[in-house]
Amino acid sequence: MIAMKEAGLPDVFIKEREDFIHTKGKQKKQLKCENDSVAGCVSQRACVYCGARVVLNPVTDAVHLVHGPIGCASYTWDIRGSLSSGAELYRFSFSTDLKEEDVIFGGEKKLARAIDELVLKYNPKLIFVYATCIVGVIGDDLEAVCKAAARKHGIKVIPVQSSGFIGNKSAGYRAACDALLRLIGPTSRNETKESKCVNYLGDFNLAGEVWIIGNYLKQMGIKLNVAFTGDSSCETLKTAARASLNIVQCAGSMIYLAEKMDEIYDIPYLNVSFLGLEDTAESLRKIARFFGDLKIIHKTEELIKKEVNAYSGTVQSYREKLKGKKAAIYVGGGFKAISLVKQFSEIGIDVVMIGTQTGRQEEYEIINELVDEGTVILDDANPTELEKFMVEKGAHLLVGGVKERPLAYKLGIAFIDHNHDRKHPLSGFAGAVNFAREVYSTVCSPVWKYIGT
Amino acid sequence: MDKETENCRNVNENPCNMCMPMGAILPFKGVEQSMVIIHGSQGCSTYMRRHIAEHFNEPIDVASSSLNEKGTIYGGEASLIKGLDNLIKLYNPGLVGVLTTCLAETIGEDVERITSKYLKERELGDFPLVTVSTPGYGGAHTDGYFLAVKRMVARLAKKTEKHSRINVIVPNLSPADIREIKRILHMFKVEFTLCPDFSDTLDRPFERPYKKIPGGGTKLSDIAEMPGAAATIQMGITVDDDISPGRYLEAEFGVPLYNLPVPMGIENTDLFIDVLKQLSGNKVPESLERERGRLLDCMIDSHKYNFQGRSVIFGEPENVYAIFKTCMENGVYPVVVATGSKPGKMIELLNNELNNYRGEVHFLNETDFAQIRKKSIRMNANIAIGHSDGRYLTEREGIPLVRHGFPIHDRVGGQRLLSVGYVGTTMFLDRITNTLLENKYNSYRNSMYQKYYKKLKVAGQQLQG
Ligand code: SF4
Ligand code: SF4
Repeated sequence: MIAMKEAGLPDVFIKEREDFIHTKGKQKKQLKCENDSVAGCVSQRACVYCGARVVLNPVTDAVHLVHGPIGCASYTWDIRGSLSSGAELYRFSFSTDLKEEDVIFGGEKKLARAIDELVLKYNPKLIFVYATCIVGVIGDDLEAVCKAAARKHGIKVIPVQSSGFIGNKSAGYRAACDALLRLIGPTSRNETKESKCVNYLGDFNLAGEVWIIGNYLKQMGIKLNVAFTGDSSCETLKTAARASLNIVQCAGSMIYLAEKMDEIYDIPYLNVSFLGLEDTAESLRKIARFFGDLKIIHKTEELIKKEVNAYSGTVQSYREKLKGKKAAIYVGGGFKAISLVKQFSEIGIDVVMIGTQTGRQEEYEIINELVDEGTVILDDANPTELEKFMVEKGAHLLVGGVKERPLAYKLGIAFIDHNHDRKHPLSGFAGAVNFAREVYSTVCSPVWKYIGT
Repeated sequence: MDKETENCRNVNENPCNMCMPMGAILPFKGVEQSMVIIHGSQGCSTYMRRHIAEHFNEPIDVASSSLNEKGTIYGGEASLIKGLDNLIKLYNPGLVGVLTTCLAETIGEDVERITSKYLKERELGDFPLVTVSTPGYGGAHTDGYFLAVKRMVARLAKKTEKHSRINVIVPNLSPADIREIKRILHMFKVEFTLCPDFSDTLDRPFERPYKKIPGGGTKLSDIAEMPGAAATIQMGITVDDDISPGRYLEAEFGVPLYNLPVPMGIENTDLFIDVLKQLSGNKVPESLERERGRLLDCMIDSHKYNFQGRSVIFGEPENVYAIFKTCMENGVYPVVVATGSKPGKMIELLNNELNNYRGEVHFLNETDFAQIRKKSIRMNANIAIGHSDGRYLTEREGIPLVRHGFPIHDRVGGQRLLSVGYVGTTMFLDRITNTLLENKYNSYRNSMYQKYYKKLKVAGQQLQG
């Protein structure tokens, strides 16, 4: 209520949404988050299955079989920009295409036959079977079908408990992490650790981002064992227990896995972020410090110096051009939102509105620390709220996903795509320049001259 | 010629269709001041919004009753009611479509009962809440589209006095196509009610201030008067009678139905023009005659290039039939004709067209891209015509794709593609011809070199040796 009032009451608003919206410096109470969406409010959120698919999809040589009616698979066919250095099977969309009779009589038999067919045709080592909403309702025993199929074919068939209505995207991340843990398996515990060898959690190799970071690590004298899950495969994931450190980027999706791996395999983890020049440099130093090896520390400093020299001039020149512009952020998770605030400050842009679909309490607290007084912070926003606050706060650009883009454009506001189907990397030093260039290309485009105000 | 039905397989590999509620959203977007709520879990509606927004590049606001675990187990009535309350408050719509998902249908939600109770309790009188039962597993998006139009018409139609307007019912065409159909209707000076009309709502000009529900769309009062129309022209020749809005108006109110194909290609457009001539009593305007003449000129200019085409056509049955006809007229002979949906009357219509045809054509119903790919290779297809998911044929098999239909999400301008009428057909044909030409120019130097020069060289060496 207060936020709405402070910001000038919108024409209409939903009472139940009040606690999900804050203006920094105006409220004592904590922002409400990690809750169910309010019916009828046109939430921008996706479902559990979506979250699980985001995390697991980049496993390149797996068959990703969606157990459910066709739509769920249809809307997720190859919509993400994860790159592969090997197999391409992950880019196919497989569905059991449940029909009315399957809903009535159950889909277990069809699922079993589907797996048989796929094994025959593609001979995969690994099949992920995703549960969609109705599977949870018609009571198919996914566990049993997968187990039987695994035994029959001698491969891994792992159920992903991602029925859409049991929560939101975050629950899907967790379901995916559980599936990954099953893949690594308890026996890996006895694997001998390799020193100077890390797993990289929470990078999906969009536009080759895992490769960029892998190259940095290599130059530092550290081996990248496997990324979760960008450009990974059944075999490489299974070796995860070998690493002596986990570095975690997208904390929202992967912190659970990191904690579990610490518990089960005794692998400590570090939170890192490779978004922006500063965060990238800081994260690389953190990794080097962890190993405490002077050679590594030295090489890391060399790398940072070289890269910063190469790129900071360009970033600086964009900063001059962009100073004083105001940004609005509406993205999936808290980690991304936090990184973006920092990246914007590197190029001289203030954030006036910031929200996420599924940010966690701790993340909102960090956000609250980072942003200026008067910035609107909101959880699980809808188009009405986004429109209202962007206009009111005079945002020049919005960062968001596919659904938010047309809204920004209709309002005459510039836009940055920060989603899983982008085609250019935003990670690392090179990514920082790409980001600055993209901001410049949209904020300073000549088209805005013609639209008046 | 042979045809295959693939609906007994166990895996759908790379789907060629979407689900029923997604198709049902579209016509609601073409009615003035209308909004949609989908009864089910949040994810479905978000995916559909994303899918539609990417094609039209327009904000697509669709509400969800956001069913959670509790609602799923104990019934979702409370969620739906709350959803309707909030939606109506936020958007103040003039009509609300209430669609269902697989989940709502599976747990047996009685949406009809919930909504009539809702109207009574909120004292909303006869506010148009239009319920459409659209379980995703019950049909493809095409079925959802026509069923939604039918339900909307059935809900709003009133017994009215006869008037001279005609009803025009259009399938899932591009906004540009709908504008072209309206232009032709205006040329004949006929008054009409076109439904659904998303030519403005899903392709709106940049304007300020931003409106949450875009202006435009078929007027509710006009839909109410559809029963009094002189006739209905429905571009839905493949559509099954039980979901056909035109059939409904004919059966319930005796409105004569002209069930036509989409006016694409010379013959199909002629059919449309003939009906307009007949209904309006007006002559074909001269400017339209000239448009027809230009199409003929284009067909002749390009016929030899077009003859090189071996086409694979896929998408919604109504569009597939229209493309098929256009290809047949121009010698871009189809070798694979496919739809992910149930074909309705499409197969019968195609068979009629092929009575005297001796080439080999394969029909695939309720199919997926794995099948389409397999057949396309076997049949040596060299051009694909259909929506963006066919890009997979280009990537894997090098078959170039002429984008047409819905969705087009890897290129811009799907909403602006014009393909109907004489003018639209001309533009469509140019896209086809130019794609064939581009492919030819890209490869002919090399292929001739490989085919003849290599041989020449070998022969030369043999002579020397
Ligand atoms: S197929 Fe059913 S469950 Fe899947 S997106 Fe469509 S309505 Fe939702
Ligand atoms: S049915 Fe469930 S899993 Fe499928 S899209 Fe809808 S919410 Fe997600």
